[in-house]
Amino acid sequence: MILDGKCPSGPIEKSWDKHCFDMKLVNPANKRKFKVIMVGTGLAGGAGAATLGELGYNVEAYCYQDSSRRAHSIAAQGGINAAKNYHNDGDSVFRLFYDTIKGGDFRAREADVWRLAQVSNNIIDQCVAQGVPFAREYSGLLANRSFGGAQVSRTFYARGQTGQQLLLGAYQALARQVKAGTVKLKPRTEMLDLVVVDGVAKGITYRDLTTGEIKSSWADAVVLATGGYVNVFYLSTNAMGCSVTAAWKAVKKGAYMANPCYTQIHPTCIPQSGDHQSKLTLMSESLRNDGRCWVPKRKEDCEKEPGDIAEDDRDYYLERKYPSFGNLAPRDIASRAAKEVCDEGRGVGPGKRGVYLDYESSIERVGEDTIRERYGNLFDMYEKITDENAYERPMRIYPAPHYSMGGLWVDYNCMTNVPGLFAIGEANFSVHGANRLGASALMQGLADGYFVIPNTISNYLAGVKPGEVTDEHPEFAKSREDVQARMDKLLNVNGKRSVSSFHRELGKIMWENVGMARSKESLTKALQAIPALREEFWQNVNVTGETGNRNGQLEDAGRVADFLEFAEVMTNDALNREESCGGHFRTEHQTEDGEAMRDDENFTYVAAWEYKGEGKAPELHKEPLKFENVKLAVRSYK
Amino acid sequence: MNLTLYVWRQNGPEDKGKLEQYEAKNVSPDSSFLEMLDEVNQELIETGGDPIEFDNDCREGICGTCGCVINGQPHGPQEQTTACQLHMRQFSDGDTLTLEPWRASAFPVIKDLAVDRSALDNIIESGGYTSAYTGEVGEANQTLISKPDADYAMDAAECIGCGACVAACPNGSAMLFTSAKVAQLATLPQGKIEAVERVNGMTEAMLNAGFGNCSNHYECEATCPKGVSVKFIAKLNREYIKALPK
Repeated sequence: MILDGKCPSGPIEKSWDKHCFDMKLVNPANKRKFKVIMVGTGLAGGAGAATLGELGYNVEAYCYQDSSRRAHSIAAQGGINAAKNYHNDGDSVFRLFYDTIKGGDFRAREADVWRLAQVSNNIIDQCVAQGVPFAREYSGLLANRSFGGAQVSRTFYARGQTGQQLLLGAYQALARQVKAGTVKLKPRTEMLDLVVVDGVAKGITYRDLTTGEIKSSWADAVVLATGGYVNVFYLSTNAMGCSVTAAWKAVKKGAYMANPCYTQIHPTCIPQSGDHQSKLTLMSESLRNDGRCWVPKRKEDCEKEPGDIAEDDRDYYLERKYPSFGNLAPRDIASRAAKEVCDEGRGVGPGKRGVYLDYESSIERVGEDTIRERYGNLFDMYEKITDENAYERPMRIYPAPHYSMGGLWVDYNCMTNVPGLFAIGEANFSVHGANRLGASALMQGLADGYFVIPNTISNYLAGVKPGEVTDEHPEFAKSREDVQARMDKLLNVNGKRSVSSFHRELGKIMWENVGMARSKESLTKALQAIPALREEFWQNVNVTGETGNRNGQLEDAGRVADFLEFAEVMTNDALNREESCGGHFRTEHQTEDGEAMRDDENFTYVAAWEYKGEGKAPELHKEPLKFENVKLAVRSYK
Repeated sequence: MNLTLYVWRQNGPEDKGKLEQYEAKNVSPDSSFLEMLDEVNQELIETGGDPIEFDNDCREGICGTCGCVINGQPHGPQEQTTACQLHMRQFSDGDTLTLEPWRASAFPVIKDLAVDRSALDNIIESGGYTSAYTGEVGEANQTLISKPDADYAMDAAECIGCGACVAACPNGSAMLFTSAKVAQLATLPQGKIEAVERVNGMTEAMLNAGFGNCSNHYECEATCPKGVSVKFIAKLNREYIKALPK
């Protein structure tokens, strides 16, 4: 099937405004008759639930955390992009649009990216009005910094805690709606099924994580703002509770999963130190503003103290390979470059999987105090984890899974192919193409939540009779039975292996075969290993405790079971895409100097996968991508 | 490293609860405190025991989900460090650690080390925001904010809402938490307009939830993983006095 993204026609500069005018509205007095379920309260979900509440809709907002303030958006460090052009350095909405399309290696929809760039400026205005304490100049004006993949300074920040401050802004807006009675919060709940009635999304079934009860709730529309899936790699920068579960439940009810092979491996994370490790920690990309990446030129120098390696014996490999972007090369390129030098045996630290990120020359240039002011909290965090002082000795970093560009397929209105089911933020696939630029995730989350979904959901609800289907409908009882049966099944395996041992093993399969570099051979290997591991899981997993109580093991088991299914679709997507683009690097498709080689003739499309059941191959649906405002070109940062 | 743990086990809010002894064996000094607990749980699972429940999520010290009282100190002995960022090299081989949940009447225990902190959300819902509707706002740079004011607001805004301040306070007070939001918003021009309603609403919610008052022990600041200063409590008190009917 050929999918239609339903993008507006006409000049792109006017596309979003025209679309807003063309969309149907819901009368203010009628809005309270509609019920909307928001799953997830990160930047997209929190902002969306708050804004829908402000508009007068009845909103229920669900999150697995104990408070809506804790979604993993909170961990974003570096900043948020906007095309304000405060620095008079040539920025514009068009340039932000262009940089994002190019940064995504020409695999995103033009109209969606244009809208993102256009509303980026409104986001900053909104956050300032909420009291988000952005960094300021002595003039009292907002400060900016630079980020990878851009040659302008357009990133707004709040020390190294931008995500936290933006999320708290959205959380506070949400708190205000809770007080106003328009939003009901459901913390410590996990969505475990999407209820579909006559092909239309009409509610969810969830588990109360405190009492273990399985409950349902109906709605006129369901919005998933449930983040990404890179915990499929086990070790990632995501929070422990991040999973594909909510999105995957939607897929099992007919929603398509788009471009799941596009995963972002972030170049600046703290390297793994041992097998006890439960997660990897990101060091903000903003560090590359002042830090210089290098490894020894000669393998035999790798064991030396970094200070004992002479300047001439150091290889500043990003500056060498990409002189115009240097240390600010985009994430996919910087990650691959780090992997390459480590594969050559020139890595540093334990297992030689690390490169240096060095502040010596910046400290000489601007002084230690300035560096401390810019990155103090990151240096502190680094010291806590590694016991090393990065003011005196270069940091060691290595790439780690960080973000998923792929996600649920949505049209221009952020609606999936299941009517009434929407997906926003990282949970959808729409704007980052095959690679996301730094400081664009916060931008997308808030754009979708504050400005896109409130408009497009009204357009949908205008054609729906409010409360037509409620949880009296038999589909809801059936859904609860299905969920309960799955819980019982997990608890009744009574095998010998712990849940986390399966997650670790799956992560290893994915990292080694579907990680930073992929080949037909490695992907085929993964496609054999994943179903075998899944089979073993259902025969030999040991889930302790009971359903009717708080049970962290049972929660994890459900998530790992979903990852074990999802991983296969992700690998199939990587195998199907016989080209290299952005974060998807197929070793068969590279230029002579090791750069990604796209195949525009055959792969300028979105790959949307329909789940056909266990053991069956997923079906591929294509949405062709058209580029009318940006010329397809080789993405060069040299 | 080998350690002896005494861990608070409580099967629900109504259960009485008690300390139970566990051995943590072959712990890597490079592992985090929570990773050490993961391994203890792993062994409990393999030997048919009931794993210890504890809240955690980001494991990078920012979400505010984790935390327990370790040898009498919320988040343990290292300054300005959450339990997830506390690494085992801070302890010595053979140490004995006692792990308890946050103890405060406003934080009922859910299970073992996990507590219900929704009272903190109620405080924010009672005024910890500006009433800015989405879209109805002016251009960001139209309102200048001096760098010292922005920095002061940011110092307060760093609070991660973990509740360690409440657990550390002999009065079970949430004054540091409440003051951080009051001070952030009262300092910025966007928040000044509603300062009176905010401080009244938030302090009332604080008292209604059963949090105690501040009597200047400063334990909160000492234990705060983000180093939020008690000077914000002074600011809260000033804002409170300013809001009294004249």
